[in-house]
Amino acid sequence: MDTLVDIKKLKKHFPILGGVFRRPVGMVKALDGVSLAIRRGQWLGLVGESGCGKTTLAKTVIRLWKPTSGHIYFDVPDETKALIEELESQGKNGSKLNYLLNENDLATFSGNRLRSLRRRAQLVHQDPFTSLDPRMKIKSTVGEPLRIHHVLSGEAARSAVKELLERVGLSAGQLERYPHQFSGGQRQRIAIARALATKPEFIAFDEPTSALDVSVQAQILNLLKDLKKEFGLTYLYITHELLIAESVCDYIAVMYLGKVVEMGRPEEIFHSPRHPYSQSLIAATPVPDPSRRVGRIVLPGEVPSPANPPPGCAFHPRCSRASDECRELAPELRPVSSDHYVACFHPL
Amino acid sequence: MSSWKLMLRQIVRNPLSLAGVIIIFIFITLAIFAPLIAPVPEGHRDPYLIPHDGYSITPQPPSEEHIFGTTQGQYDIFYGCIWGARTAFRVAFLVMAITILIGLVLGSLSGYFGGKIDEVIMRITDVFLAFPALILAMAIVASIGPSINTVIIALCVVWWPSYARLIRGDILALREEDYVEASRGLGASSARVILRHVLPNAIYPTLIMASLDIGAVVLSAAALSFLGLGAPEGYADWGQMTEFARNWIVGPQNDPLKYWYAVITPGVFILFFVLGWNLLGDAFRDIFDPRLARR
Amino acid sequence: MKDLIKIRDLAVRFYTYEGIVYAIDDLDLEIRQGETLGIVGETGSGKTMTALAILRLIPYPGKIESGSILFFDKSIDQELELLKLRDDRMRSIRGNRISMVFQEPGAALNPVYTIGDQISEVFLLHRRRELAQRAKQRLDSLLSDGNGLAAGVKRPFWGWQRRIYDKIAKESHAFEPRLLGRLPLFRRLLWRMGYEAKLLTVDMLKDVEIPDAARVAVQYPHQLSGGMKQRAVIAMALACSPELLIADEPTTSLDVTIQAQMLELFRRIKVDKGASILFITHNLGVASEVCDRVAVMYAGRLCEVAPVGEMFVHPLHPYTKALLNAVPMPGKKLETIPGVLADALNPPPGCRFHPRCPSAMPICGQERAKLKEVSKDHMVACHLY
Repeated sequence: MDTLVDIKKLKKHFPILGGVFRRPVGMVKALDGVSLAIRRGQWLGLVGESGCGKTTLAKTVIRLWKPTSGHIYFDVPDETKALIEELESQGKNGSKLNYLLNENDLATFSGNRLRSLRRRAQLVHQDPFTSLDPRMKIKSTVGEPLRIHHVLSGEAARSAVKELLERVGLSAGQLERYPHQFSGGQRQRIAIARALATKPEFIAFDEPTSALDVSVQAQILNLLKDLKKEFGLTYLYITHELLIAESVCDYIAVMYLGKVVEMGRPEEIFHSPRHPYSQSLIAATPVPDPSRRVGRIVLPGEVPSPANPPPGCAFHPRCSRASDECRELAPELRPVSSDHYVACFHPL
Repeated sequence: MSSWKLMLRQIVRNPLSLAGVIIIFIFITLAIFAPLIAPVPEGHRDPYLIPHDGYSITPQPPSEEHIFGTTQGQYDIFYGCIWGARTAFRVAFLVMAITILIGLVLGSLSGYFGGKIDEVIMRITDVFLAFPALILAMAIVASIGPSINTVIIALCVVWWPSYARLIRGDILALREEDYVEASRGLGASSARVILRHVLPNAIYPTLIMASLDIGAVVLSAAALSFLGLGAPEGYADWGQMTEFARNWIVGPQNDPLKYWYAVITPGVFILFFVLGWNLLGDAFRDIFDPRLARR
Repeated sequence: MKDLIKIRDLAVRFYTYEGIVYAIDDLDLEIRQGETLGIVGETGSGKTMTALAILRLIPYPGKIESGSILFFDKSIDQELELLKLRDDRMRSIRGNRISMVFQEPGAALNPVYTIGDQISEVFLLHRRRELAQRAKQRLDSLLSDGNGLAAGVKRPFWGWQRRIYDKIAKESHAFEPRLLGRLPLFRRLLWRMGYEAKLLTVDMLKDVEIPDAARVAVQYPHQLSGGMKQRAVIAMALACSPELLIADEPTTSLDVTIQAQMLELFRRIKVDKGASILFITHNLGVASEVCDRVAVMYAGRLCEVAPVGEMFVHPLHPYTKALLNAVPMPGKKLETIPGVLADALNPPPGCRFHPRCPSAMPICGQERAKLKEVSKDHMVACHLY
């Protein structure tokens, strides 16, 4: 399987403005050097607590936001990436490097290039109650990407919209309605239909079921499964619920304070987590089975502010295994077994 | 469909809203059928100039011929009040339309793009807001020369900044909405995002405020006319007619209320016009306020 | 032992422009003393309305249509009918005997007062006599060993203060202290009660495991994290040692690790304070972690009530089963419930779940199933049983 989305050392810092003149007084390091590869056809789950930067990652990868530094490659051959890396390591800021970056690195895109990316990569927002324009009919909402990219128009667009809506489980008779006439689950289906309109290859989901009821959540997850198979899609799925990630994703990355702390296949992450944070996250997840009540690890303290992260490993103030090393140095992601990476000096 | 029915039901249910609708409806009828209600005399050049019957300076009480009486200079009050409704609507709608247009353009540019553009536009509005509105309007009228069109221009100049600010505020909030971001994520251009997503959602609060403001516009226009800075003498405009009555508010020593009709009649028209719009504006606000929407 | 709360035939309706919403329909439920009862359900199932009905805080245009809610008052060994109580009596119960924790901790705290002010206000509202008693004792000890010039000057005031506190301690709304409390300057005589309230507040904050409680007490809500705010809200709710603590989705807005801390706290509260907890949640996992018994609601009606062990191991009602199957679990196929939630304006006749039920029978569409006990403590409303 080849890599579709390759994120290299991605950083996104938000300035904290303060004072009378609104000068930046600090930086929120929402993403602090994230490297992640999403293979074609993969369903990558990104797990973490609020403030860990998972939403920022999705919005930056999809280029709603411009990264502070780092590279995002979308469907770029490995040779090109290797070439860029080589040129960069030589430290030459030549025109060839710039040309290659402008051609291939999403982080540098703007204007028309960005528009053409929008056809291939889509984002589904968390809250279906706010992500649909309340004053637009469903047919316009779902048909909007078709019109923006001049893919189809007139009768062809109309029937395409109808088909899309039917595909996500809504009837064609609902085309003329407004979003407020739908339930949360139906709205999320509409948002998914809109994301599918331009036949993208890659869709990022920002907690698409967290605003929905349990029974509806299962419907949406099954729909996503079917769509992925049918259209050969690649997913980046952001969630804070580990049970969802475990049951639907092919690969999981755990984030903490702007960094990926562990990556691996779901079986490995959940049955033999190597990072203490992953372990406590799994242990803290409530499971509807009273017999599993025992053996919980209650993690002390709270997630520190990304504006002022602790030095060294960001997790060390809450970690029971922390040593002096952890307080000073930030661990890099290292492989512990095949396809399983962990950023910890003292993995479990 | 059903939302229109719901809206109608809400209006009918509230007696005050209903009163507003009825009052405005009556004024619209008056304005439309003015030539039938108060026919223009034969050979009269401009229907907006009130015909007058002699040059006597003293107002005359209501009579068979002039059912509301006449003002100073023997202008027919009835004719003036009926045709004045047209003037009132013209002033109100023109001022509101121009104001909203300027407000929408500047407000959305300012709110959506932010940064330097926002800073420049907002400082300009601050300059306009820094002057007392009526004094600024008077200065403008005085420098261009009094006429009904000058009044419209002057009112637009003093009125647009508050709309630009209101719309900017709405757009600042809307810009952060998920559906605006979603639309950008689909590849929509800024113009498309503004025109298709931001403005349609910002326009409703603006229209509600506009309907509440129409009364105030008419009052301000009347105030300017009352100060002699509005329509020329004899023009069918309520404010201008109150100016006529200025010298006759208090009658002679022995009968202070002698010329009441000259003051009260145009005043009552202004009062009801403003009241009607305020009631209607309240009704609109109640209907479009999302917090009350599902009650 | 008598049940703390006994709800019988409770019906809550909302009169909207579009029609009547049957938010709660003939609900029978009891909360036992010292237990944690979970109410589980999806949006619109009526779980929050049940809690608000107990406090008689159903928002407009809703109305409690019929039914009874009995609250067992241990001190007088009598059951009070909450729905018929006078408004002032009800107010003295709210926040005192029955208190509530909301989903959004930020919304439950007033941003312009410090945490300490807000919690001590609860004491000042409901615990005047106790505060006066404590203030008096502290004054007594000051009077007995206070010497030196400062004490000598202050002593006459102390005597007056002592008399006032004594009066309040005997009768919380005595005339003289009430009058003085309204007068500027004289109001200062009562400061010791506020001081005692602050001390109790810090104790309370320590009780909910807030580190550095004395500092947190003088902070404003925006200075605290979500988890800390929720702890402060819980402290406020526990201030008067209520007999019933209603927690409406208290962990939904929190992170998993903070949620785990919070669940631990709720378990401890139940043991330490002996309070009953009504725990409302949509998360079945959370319910299984904290609750002793669980009630499942669907579209305003109860489906099933059972002890946790029973509920999650041997669910009986088809809705409960379907709900449990819809929870993503590793190594399990995700099953969905067909159809959509029952429309609150036009609920289906008979059993409200029957249009979506895999084992629906003809009778289900005609007659509603009554809640019946199928085994000890396990009640289910379904025609199958």
